[in-house]
Amino acid sequence: MSVGTARVNEINLERSDYAGLPSTLCQGCGHNSISNQIIAAAYEASINPHYVIKLSGIGCSSKSPAYFMSRAHGFNGLHGRMPALATGATIANSKLIAIGVSGDGDTGSIGLGQFKHMVRRNVPIVYIVENNGVYGLTKGQFSATADMGQTLKYAGVNELPPIDICLEAMAAEATFVARSFAGDPKQVRELLKAAFSHKGTAVLDIISPCVTFNNHEDSTKSYPYGKAHQEILQDITYIPPTEPIMVDYEPGETQVVEMHDGAHIQLRKLDPLSHDPTDRLGAIRLLEQARAEQLFITGLIYVAQDRPTFIDTCHVVDTPLVELREEQLRPSREALASVMTKLGA
Amino acid sequence: MSQQVERIEKISHQTDKKPIVNDFQIIVATVNGTGSQTANTVLMRALFRMGIPVNGKNIFPSNIQGLPTWFTIRLSKDGYIARRETSEILVAMNQATIAEDIRNLPSGGVCLYPQEWTINREREDIAYYPIPVKAIVSASETPPNLRDYIANMVYVGGLTALLGIDLGEIEAALRFHFDEKPKPIAMNFSVVKAAYDWALDNFVKQDPYTVERMNATQGMIMLDGNSAAALGAVFGGVSVVTWYPITPSTSLVDALREYVAHLRTDPETGKTTCAIVQVEDELAAIGAVIGAGWAGARAMTATSGPGISLMSEFSGLAYFAEVPAVIWDVQRVGPATGLPTRTSQGDVLKAYFLGHGDTKHVCLLPASIEECFEFGWRAFDLAERLQTLVFVLSDLDLGMNLWMGKPFEYPDQPMDRGKVLTAADLDRLGGFARYQDVDGDGIPYRTLPGTDHPKAAYFTRGTGHDEKAMYSERPEDWANNMARLNRKFNTARKLVPKPEVFQTEGTTGALIAYGTTHPAAIEGLDRLRERGVKLDYLRLRALPFEDTTRDFVAHHQRIYVAENNTDGQLANLLRIEYPEYAGRIVSLAYSNGLPLSARWLTEAVLEQERIK
Repeated sequence: MSVGTARVNEINLERSDYAGLPSTLCQGCGHNSISNQIIAAAYEASINPHYVIKLSGIGCSSKSPAYFMSRAHGFNGLHGRMPALATGATIANSKLIAIGVSGDGDTGSIGLGQFKHMVRRNVPIVYIVENNGVYGLTKGQFSATADMGQTLKYAGVNELPPIDICLEAMAAEATFVARSFAGDPKQVRELLKAAFSHKGTAVLDIISPCVTFNNHEDSTKSYPYGKAHQEILQDITYIPPTEPIMVDYEPGETQVVEMHDGAHIQLRKLDPLSHDPTDRLGAIRLLEQARAEQLFITGLIYVAQDRPTFIDTCHVVDTPLVELREEQLRPSREALASVMTKLGA
Repeated sequence: MSQQVERIEKISHQTDKKPIVNDFQIIVATVNGTGSQTANTVLMRALFRMGIPVNGKNIFPSNIQGLPTWFTIRLSKDGYIARRETSEILVAMNQATIAEDIRNLPSGGVCLYPQEWTINREREDIAYYPIPVKAIVSASETPPNLRDYIANMVYVGGLTALLGIDLGEIEAALRFHFDEKPKPIAMNFSVVKAAYDWALDNFVKQDPYTVERMNATQGMIMLDGNSAAALGAVFGGVSVVTWYPITPSTSLVDALREYVAHLRTDPETGKTTCAIVQVEDELAAIGAVIGAGWAGARAMTATSGPGISLMSEFSGLAYFAEVPAVIWDVQRVGPATGLPTRTSQGDVLKAYFLGHGDTKHVCLLPASIEECFEFGWRAFDLAERLQTLVFVLSDLDLGMNLWMGKPFEYPDQPMDRGKVLTAADLDRLGGFARYQDVDGDGIPYRTLPGTDHPKAAYFTRGTGHDEKAMYSERPEDWANNMARLNRKFNTARKLVPKPEVFQTEGTTGALIAYGTTHPAAIEGLDRLRERGVKLDYLRLRALPFEDTTRDFVAHHQRIYVAENNTDGQLANLLRIEYPEYAGRIVSLAYSNGLPLSARWLTEAVLEQERIK
């Protein structure tokens, strides 16, 4: 498994093969921690970076695809419109592994419509929302996920209720919904690996503190708040398709979810509610309860493997459309002649 | 045939007027949602099958049911297919508009109407032909729920007798329309026949209008522009279509779906080689098309003015990030929601400059169904060769009406997939710089996502970038990149379809037109010649302009630019592009929702000539 002295993964790549450019985001930004976990998760899950596409919108979060996996094509598109790019790119080439990185402004405000329609279509993508409740690049306005009653130096008091990305995803019939915390890298990494194994849209709402504009104690999107209040639903372990499941658990405490590619997610339940992430109504109830009681729950909230993906609903040939040759794309001379004959005088 | 002639002879004549053969216009006034489209297209196809040049125009409301609709069928032995203001034959099937419709008839005109209506027959200079629509339909075996629709077949039968249309061709047209399905053919034809027989027995012909078989349509086809565009795209290898419904582009995607099912589907699995996806809005439609084009698919969308507005931001991104895709803009009348079911050439400047900052796009300007087909496939070659968006500016008149045309020619060249580097190329080259002008034509090389090579990836962005696609705010990087994009745009000038030029001896004046203004231009030029005004003519087929257009402008002292919009958009573009000749450009622009007519063009030019 190793070449020389460097450690390699199952496809003979070193961890450094997944690296990106140095980050230009602020020191300590939650987004950098997430980029590192994307690198770790893709390396550990042996994802071929040449088949990865990194898509993003506009904002601090959307700059981050430059900071991981330089061997993957990237597209930093328009504010709130990354879901459309993902829709087109994945149907054009169904072999691609799409990673979308968005923010709370990009997804929760300007792109809420595209986000929900992407989820509804079940576009195959790992869709990460780096959620910090604030607009960083424009210097500190509230985003749609900001807490009600919160005060910001620039923006004053927020009088509107926050949009809950996970609830919006659930309402749009999402098939994979998780919430995590940039301050909990292991959970982020395991959830990312599970998301790579998911068939369809995997939504990861990751609270990712903005150290410059929104990291004070009274913000629920801050490191201190997250560290003090995170309520972890499950201890998550991703088991690759190639490895056997070795469960050693007390019945009722651990749940194993099989993914479509043969991987498994082992969930050791930690919360007193004993949440079952395959229960859709339970997931919605849990999110509403968390919202009402201001609970910062993290973990796998919902997963379903049975809904067709966007690619399935397009009913196209199995060969990726971009790989079709001219003779498969252009009907014959005779075919045109036959259409013309039918239209003739 | 001989039987037909015999039957036609039976109609009694009571006129000494000289017959007017194959040179008049029929207008059918109906209520929308009553199924008259079948009757009108059947009439038109029958005339076309008789070898008579025809053009039909559906003038319809933005409504599902209940508002007035008019359908004109122009017959022209000389082959003119422009809109004509005057219709000599009125089929009055709408009580709400019949008074006005009768007022609009020229002296000597014809009014065919339901006998059961009491109408004001105060005009004595026209011929009235009442026909018992209700009675004929009631006598037929039509199920009650279909009677309102089939009532339209009564006027088909009445006109067939009155004008001397070949009944056999009506039946053939019905067979075409109903795709050889015997039941609807028989049901409709029985009503046509009943009305025809009734008309032969009861009408006394008092007007001079009649049709005769010609051979001017031999070997030709008849189709709407949207279907021709869809067929072109299918032969152009389109593989991703994302769209949002909007009149008048919707039928383009409907046709795509039909042709993909017919020509691009595996008969065993039912799976297609082209995804057609209706998305949530035009922002998503163009976003998905750009995502697909970036990934290497031949991607397109179809829309109209309001959709184009929504596509502005993504269009700028695609221009700057250099992503190929095709956008069909089937233009309708703006500003705003405007006249959504009427035609215009009002998106020319908007499409050409769509985006923010300094943005320019390649635009193709089809004028016929042949060009809709040709640009349907060629747009992809241009988009991929130039790595940019290609707009095709059709309009409602071309897109939704039936036009005659020559059978479409199979693409004369293999698909041009442009400058795409494969993993093998990268091995050979050792890498690449995404935005480097290697060949001096401004067109860089690209790789497709999913290319299995460590040097394949690059980062696509709408922000400032250097030749290696790295983020850059350096002033010289920005300026160099924009200069290269201009170089690429100059390359586009050489690649886009050249204008069509019609030169006459000894002229100093000229006309420029494009798209659906062409039929009015051709006919108008003939009328002007009769009035002693000879003009050279250039029909523009694409933007940006190339040398032919520059030379044409330079060689004429006075250049009329005729177009179907209010602001004279192409005239303004010519003035921007050729400021040294701006004073020679005379804009003839008019928009009222209808296609321009030869009469309007003739008078507009004569008016200018008088001022001169």
